[in-house]
Amino acid sequence: MALSAEESGRLAALLSGNAERVTQRWTEIIAGSLRGRLSQAELRRQVQDLHHAIVSTGEQGAIDLPAENATELRATLSELSRGRARQGFSATETAISIFALKDVVAELVEEAGGDNKLRDYVAYSGLIDELGLFTFESFVRTRESLIADQAEQLLELSTPVVKLWEGVVAVPLVGTLDSARAQVVMERLLQTLVDTGSPYAIIDITGVPAVDTQVAQHILKTVVAARLMGADCIISGIRPQIAQTIVALGIEFGDIATKASLADALRHVLRLTGVETARRQPRRDA
Amino acid sequence: MERVPILKIGDILLVSIQLDMSDQTAVQLQEDLAERIVATGCHGVIIDITALDIVDSFVGRMLSTIASISKVLDAETVVVGMRPAVAITLVELGLSLNGIRTALNVERGMELIAAARADEHEYQLDDDPDAETATP
Repeated sequence: MALSAEESGRLAALLSGNAERVTQRWTEIIAGSLRGRLSQAELRRQVQDLHHAIVSTGEQGAIDLPAENATELRATLSELSRGRARQGFSATETAISIFALKDVVAELVEEAGGDNKLRDYVAYSGLIDELGLFTFESFVRTRESLIADQAEQLLELSTPVVKLWEGVVAVPLVGTLDSARAQVVMERLLQTLVDTGSPYAIIDITGVPAVDTQVAQHILKTVVAARLMGADCIISGIRPQIAQTIVALGIEFGDIATKASLADALRHVLRLTGVETARRQPRRDA
Repeated sequence: MERVPILKIGDILLVSIQLDMSDQTAVQLQEDLAERIVATGCHGVIIDITALDIVDSFVGRMLSTIASISKVLDAETVVVGMRPAVAITLVELGLSLNGIRTALNVERGMELIAAARADEHEYQLDDDPDAETATP
């Protein structure tokens, strides 16, 4: 939907000739749709940037968005959508910021008159649609990268390996365990075993909402890998419902020690390592 | 031909594999190790695979064979220093090193062998009722 050089020139002239009015009207329309969530000054600056980008591109020749000479225009549009996406505006609200220009252009074309005002308006409108779609796409891209970043952060946040005792580390698993997370947990646990030289690891599944065959498979793999490296794993935090599911699904944990609570698991490991735990008698004064 | 060095530390033979194992090197290592066990009378063998990036079925079988040979000669075998990536690959491939004891590092391996020897020793002493009373 690229404009011809002639049409671009006319559009640029139209917009630059009424610069103050265009930005004023444009800002008003957007402000109405955003309901005051963006300051007037900020909005005005954005609109002026856009206005400037469109006019300067139009003055240089045909406005063709994918072309070389529209780099500045593309950058301005991307900048706008990135900002909106990060500030939490919806895709529609972002696209409306561009589509609002249509109303302004319609008014200007109407006033300017001329024989082919309808044809001009259709051409301008097509261009504005294209600009809007471009904004939309940048918006989605920004959102996607935000989501990807967050997923990664979540992955890192949710798989800590903590040291419980000399030679004992624990992994408190929280949330559903899918293949990607299981892989991260496995790698991190094994690496921690090597780094700390701990011969015992406790995998606590209190925070895992459901254990199906796949989750069990992931846990078993981790345990077997740890064994190959010379460390022993204990599974703890098995809730009553989960125990029932495990039995119902016919999952076999073999000779892997399973405990109901993290405390039991720690006590078990301490006994294995030969640490004595004793309750200290409270001293009673007669 | 390259050879894997075998080091004697106290009652333990330490084998550190730092090169890609070929058929020949593996057979040579098995022969050398058997000879050294008999010659030194050691009761423990530690195989350090920290430097190995890849452990395939071939290396796995070699480790099993070495463990079996040592067992016949009354020496305990411990494989130490397996990397996490190697362990994950082995599990994904479904390979398990049956009959091989593992430890995280050489130090733990030595402790493991010492513990195993102590158990055996204790068991032998238990037959003799005077032995326990004799120790303070």
